[in-house]
Amino acid sequence: MIKTLQDIRAAAEEYNSKVSKYEKHVLVCGGGSCISSNCRDVKDTVERLLKEKGLSDKIRLTVTGCAGLCALGPIVIVNPGRIFYVNVDAEKAADIVGEHLAGGKILEKYTYYDSKNGKHIPCADDIPFYKNQVKIALRHCGTVDFESLESALAAGGFEAAYKAIATMRPESVVEEIKKSNLRGRGGAGFPTGLKWEAGLKSRGEKKFIVCNADEGDPGAFMDRSLIEGDPFGLIEGMMIGGFAIGASKGYVYVRAEYPIAVERLESALEASRRAGLLGKDIFGTGFCFDIEIRIGAGAFVCGEETALMASIEGERGEPRQKPPFPFQKGLFGSPTIINNVETFANVPAIIQNGSDWFRSYGTGKSQGTKVFALAGSVVNTGIVEVPMGIKLRELIFDVGGGITGGKKFKAAQIGGPSGGCLTESSLDESIDYDNLIALGAMMGSGGLIVMDEDTCMVDTARFFLDFIQDESCGKCVPCRIGTKRMLEILTRITKGGGRPEDIEELQELSAVIRDTAMCGLGNTSPNPVLSTLRYFKNEYIEHIENKYCPAHVCKALLLYKIIDENCIGCGACTRACPVNAISGTLKKPHLIDTEKCIRCGTCVDKCKFGAIKIV
Amino acid sequence: MSEKSPPETYGLSESAVFDKISEVVEKYRGCDGCLIQVLHEAQDICGYLPPEVQKFIAKKLDLSLSTVSGVISFYSFFSTSPKAKHSIKICLGTACYVRGGEKIVEAIEKELGVKAGENTPDNKFSFQITRCLGACGLAPVFMVDDDVHQRVTPSAVKDILARY
Amino acid sequence: MKNVNLTINGKAVAVPEGTTILEAAKKIGIHIPTLCYLENVHKYGGCRICVVEVKGAKALVASCMVAASEGMKVETNSERVRKARKLNCELLLSDHPQDCLSCSRSGSCELQTLANSLGLDRARFKGERSPDFIDISPSVTRDAAKCILCRRCVSVCNNIQKVGILNAQNRGFRTIIAPAGGAPLSEVNCTYCGQCVNVCPVNALRETDALAPVWRALADPKKRVVVQTAPAVRVALGEEFGLPAGTPVTGKMASALRALRFDDIFDTNIAADLTIMEEGTELLHRAKAALTEGKAALPMVTSCSPGWVKFVEHEFPDLLGNVSTCKSPHMMLGALAKSYYAQKLGADPGDMFVVSVMPCTAKKFEVTRPEMQANGIRDVDAVLTTRELARMIREAGIDFVNLPDEDFDSPLGISTGAADIFGVTGGVMEAALRTVYELVTGRELPFDGLHVQPICSFDQVRDASIRFEDVLPEYKFLEGFTLNIAVTSGFAGARRLMEEVRGGRSKYHFIEVMGCPGGCIVGGGQPRSADPMVREKRRAGLFSEDERKDLRKSHKSPVAEALYKEFLGSPCGHKSHELLHTHYTERGTFNELIKK
Ligand SMILES: Cc1cc2nc3c(=O)[nH]c(=O)nc-3n(C[C@H](O)[C@H](O)[C@H](O)COP(=O)(O)O)c2cc1C
Ligand code: SF4
Ligand code: SF4
Ligand code: SF4
Ligand code: SF4
Ligand code: SF4
Ligand code: SF4
Ligand code: SF4
Ligand code: SF4
Ligand code: FES
Ligand code: FES
Ligand code: FES
Repeated sequence: MIKTLQDIRAAAEEYNSKVSKYEKHVLVCGGGSCISSNCRDVKDTVERLLKEKGLSDKIRLTVTGCAGLCALGPIVIVNPGRIFYVNVDAEKAADIVGEHLAGGKILEKYTYYDSKNGKHIPCADDIPFYKNQVKIALRHCGTVDFESLESALAAGGFEAAYKAIATMRPESVVEEIKKSNLRGRGGAGFPTGLKWEAGLKSRGEKKFIVCNADEGDPGAFMDRSLIEGDPFGLIEGMMIGGFAIGASKGYVYVRAEYPIAVERLESALEASRRAGLLGKDIFGTGFCFDIEIRIGAGAFVCGEETALMASIEGERGEPRQKPPFPFQKGLFGSPTIINNVETFANVPAIIQNGSDWFRSYGTGKSQGTKVFALAGSVVNTGIVEVPMGIKLRELIFDVGGGITGGKKFKAAQIGGPSGGCLTESSLDESIDYDNLIALGAMMGSGGLIVMDEDTCMVDTARFFLDFIQDESCGKCVPCRIGTKRMLEILTRITKGGGRPEDIEELQELSAVIRDTAMCGLGNTSPNPVLSTLRYFKNEYIEHIENKYCPAHVCKALLLYKIIDENCIGCGACTRACPVNAISGTLKKPHLIDTEKCIRCGTCVDKCKFGAIKIV
Repeated sequence: MSEKSPPETYGLSESAVFDKISEVVEKYRGCDGCLIQVLHEAQDICGYLPPEVQKFIAKKLDLSLSTVSGVISFYSFFSTSPKAKHSIKICLGTACYVRGGEKIVEAIEKELGVKAGENTPDNKFSFQITRCLGACGLAPVFMVDDDVHQRVTPSAVKDILARY
Repeated sequence: MKNVNLTINGKAVAVPEGTTILEAAKKIGIHIPTLCYLENVHKYGGCRICVVEVKGAKALVASCMVAASEGMKVETNSERVRKARKLNCELLLSDHPQDCLSCSRSGSCELQTLANSLGLDRARFKGERSPDFIDISPSVTRDAAKCILCRRCVSVCNNIQKVGILNAQNRGFRTIIAPAGGAPLSEVNCTYCGQCVNVCPVNALRETDALAPVWRALADPKKRVVVQTAPAVRVALGEEFGLPAGTPVTGKMASALRALRFDDIFDTNIAADLTIMEEGTELLHRAKAALTEGKAALPMVTSCSPGWVKFVEHEFPDLLGNVSTCKSPHMMLGALAKSYYAQKLGADPGDMFVVSVMPCTAKKFEVTRPEMQANGIRDVDAVLTTRELARMIREAGIDFVNLPDEDFDSPLGISTGAADIFGVTGGVMEAALRTVYELVTGRELPFDGLHVQPICSFDQVRDASIRFEDVLPEYKFLEGFTLNIAVTSGFAGARRLMEEVRGGRSKYHFIEVMGCPGGCIVGGGQPRSADPMVREKRRAGLFSEDERKDLRKSHKSPVAEALYKEFLGSPCGHKSHELLHTHYTERGTFNELIKK
């Protein structure tokens, strides 16, 4: 049972002395991405070989949460030295055990390879991907054993909770968070301190604190990584939040797509309860607090806070009109404060190190760091944490390692379906809440999808509208019908049926949907269209007026043409074309009848001479 | 979570299924707003949520049937038709989309001869589109049952499916 | 309560905290258009038609949902607001079959009126439409394509009636309002009360049309077409022709029916009087059995509301023994028309066609029940709602408002005031008490104006106790007995009372239940009204009909007396059992088969 700071320190001490006996420490990444690249095999191999070689009491094996560089998973890190092995499989794992762990020889050929400089970089800390990062929310991710409370305690876990609950008043906790200017990491960036203050001041027999772990934004997996890698950090953040606003019950609403996160959080909750960190009379202060997990069921809109509450209440996840705001009338009618996983993950660090320390990171009105999920056509896809104010260029090219396949950068979608795109011209802009808004995008929860020159922005806008339309709850007219009509217009444009008035209609619909939809999903749903119209209006015009897709993505707008010089007249394409659109005499250049062609692309695949091009 | 497959009902008698669901309801009794959690577990037991199960749960929780079915039909995780032997979930989230997820969809459609949202006639595969499986770093991805296949190319689809 | 001050279109107004912007505007005569909102019934925020501009707010604000706050500056009519409203209305139309010319809601349709008043002059957007299917149950027809998803019906069915048949299914653009799993109404436990129909702003919910068979019968020279009208119809029909709510139009109605060439124009009231005789007697029988033999199914519950009867059959099949076996009044009259009256005419009951004009949609189903017929001939052939009768009158080009007053036909046309009040909650109980009390004690019911005050409100459940003293000799067993009665309307209160009965906790002996909240005056077939006082006004209309009559107690009805003497014998006797009583069917809660 942990009641005092001494108890925490003693447990940490005990753990540290236990692990100090080991000579080496091998960390196998057990984050979601590495699991899907089969890190279980790696772990099993390491475990088996250590046992076989009798190394089990000399070398410690830990499975951790996401190490960050998911693109190169499975990742294995060996300490001391933070030796960073990438793309490890069972075979490589055996070599690592045999030569590095048993023999002390670093296997450079399996470590990170820096293609720019053409050499391996064995130590994680020297890899450019990690160099520019600052880990506050992710402080324990990829380094601690997510299963072990002791390991969390040894890493400094729950000291902040102790500090807040046993030595501070709720008002001063709120004050500290206010001073830190921590802003909600779930999307809108509302100051957490102000929210908590409202929660503290609102009256109610019961109050609730809720963690939004719905992470519906496609292409984002920060929250997943946070929970899977450091469930105790989330618990600690929620304890502090619960204490600050006067809630004795917390809920974590996790999407059903994250069973591993649920499993790890559940076991961390159990461990915390056993240690008396959750339950009655925490730290002997009389403060009671516990957390329950609620699993979503596949609806993006449930990330919206009022819909999330409806879903926790067991109802259809339909948003409710605000005001009243959750802090006035929330879950089961009681005052409720909802924060994102990453927001909570920052809280213990702020309480522990003080708001001034936190404010030393970041820029303007955006303090601290932001976790991003880098995905799309970027080399280093994975999870990163960078200080607010970082330039887009640094994020994509330094941390992210640039565009895959040597292609050109075209745009980055930030903020998910409600966000907007940033372009070449924004590469040197600072990434912070206010600047992003000024650029017609938004921070969102941290999904950052990089798109290369082969991306059609009209099609991208269509994609987002399709998503939004699919996920609209259907409660209000502008979103239910309006986004459908927008999608229909965009689809028409990408199919070659664009009309001159389409752009104006899209703008008109956007304005009214934004102005009248009931919830954030609808309000922001036109953003992908508005932002692509802002930066890529020409592409729209090309589609509409010239029936041409410059990125060669919109199938119906492709023109297949045989290049005479390349065509040897073999006739393979003629035989393959399903609609007999190709004619020609043997050994003479062939011709495609563009009227007949249904743009199936078969001929391109069939031509061994690369004679058929899309123009 | 419907992570378990095949459904636990295989081999269970009807009354045993209802007994199990009863246990689930009892476990959640007194817990506010537990309908969705009960439905999750019931779906784990039965593989899907047929009308008899919906009625049973509605009665036990004292809810109207249309409320229960309204909730089920709102959430894409719940299914009212029996699942095929293997379930394919292909991601068309943003990351997967920009990395060519749609081509994978086409490849699977071609391979199975059915459209997304349908089951193959032999009921071997069900095939659904989802939005983000949280493995975006390895896009494009699709899942067959619990296995995540990452960085798939259209030409790899055939081989992957052949393993099931 | 604290007041808040705000300005709307520059006009200052102070309203109590919590008042919505819409209500505040109404208070100073500023009209904000609405569509999904329905005062006192439904606050939902889905249509986004009522949006207004609030200074400082990023987006427009739904005035029906958001409370006024101190210092708020509201504009209800700016360019931005008007554009937004118009576009949202245009969007609604883009998902709507714009069939106004051949739609029976045309003229009374709220969407049509709205589009018109917003000055909509184009409907640009074309695209996919919501599912288009028609579900025709015996009582209620759902026309999905016309549904605008305002969910008023959902509120009524779930929150007011607490039956929970209609709910949103699926999500997003695929959302439909339907029973579980999209099943047809006839396959679920819908009571057919039609309360949902009354609030639907468009033609998505309507009564199942019965005009065609009626017109056909009227045109058939071989048919003798008998029509009867329920008490509640006479105080509501006028509203369809622009008269104020609650105006009694009994005489005009009779002339209109005559002008429509019905052969016999009877008053369901006659049968209401009979119902009292039968039900009163049944109650006394049960009370006697209870008091002398110590066992009887008490409380006895009324059975004149078919919506209610179907509700009990689904929800309390174990308590069907408590329900009076009396048929509902129009079924009694139908049965009598085809027996007693047919005999009198020397007509073949097979050539008779009985039409009931009712405030009720549930009665459309009731007439199809297999038990409601004799020798394969239905007691009643068609049920028209009040609204449908109005449509017939319009179709025939009758100038209703200027019609002279005429009387019902004899012999089934004269009734007592007790029968009039059948149309309002508490009326059956009061009518029964007027008779039972007098039969038992020989004295008039001791209430001012014969109105049992404690049960005269629209509260969900009301009750009273009546003590019998100095009883007549044949009712000795009732001496000193206190009869506990309760009255409720709407299924929410009924459920409560029946749960008490099921749990053995009920203190009542006699319970009146009406399916519709307020009674038949607001039945599912009555004119739709946006007037929140409509119930009060229609009740006042019925009370005035009652009070203007000399005969106000059923047992004083000369027609009833003659009927018993000439034809029926005695109340609850053999013949009346055959013609005036019925039995019930156990149905599953969700209309599943009951396994026996
Ligand atoms: C459609 C929609 C989806 C959202 N999804 C999420 C989500 O997945 N995770 C999240 O933390 N916040 C999400 N939000 C934002 C939340 O509503 C809410 O603002 C946030 O959880 C507050 O936490 P914070 O202040 O810590 O950011 C979403 C908002 C909208 C409108
Ligand atoms: S904006 Fe869209 S998601 Fe939000 S309430 Fe309206 S329909 Fe539902
Ligand atoms: S794209 Fe398809 S249809 Fe067109 S020419 Fe080639 S094979 Fe024929
Ligand atoms: S397949 Fe290529 S080379 Fe052969 S005929 Fe066609 S275009 Fe020419
Ligand atoms: S429901 Fe109304 S708007 Fe729709 S077709 Fe009928 S009258 Fe016209
Ligand atoms: S309003 Fe116009 S369209 Fe409609 S019926 Fe009259 S003339 Fe015809
Ligand atoms: S008729 Fe009554 S019970 Fe049936 S759906 Fe309508 S309101 Fe509900
Ligand atoms: S059926 Fe009528 S009342 Fe019900 S949601 Fe549709 S339009 Fe509204
Ligand atoms: S209360 Fe009247 S209108 Fe309503 S269901 Fe009963 S009989 Fe019909
Ligand atoms: S999951 Fe292993 S590095 Fe991200
Ligand atoms: S977008 Fe496909 S896994 Fe996230
Ligand atoms: S009337 Fe206010 S949103 Fe419909």
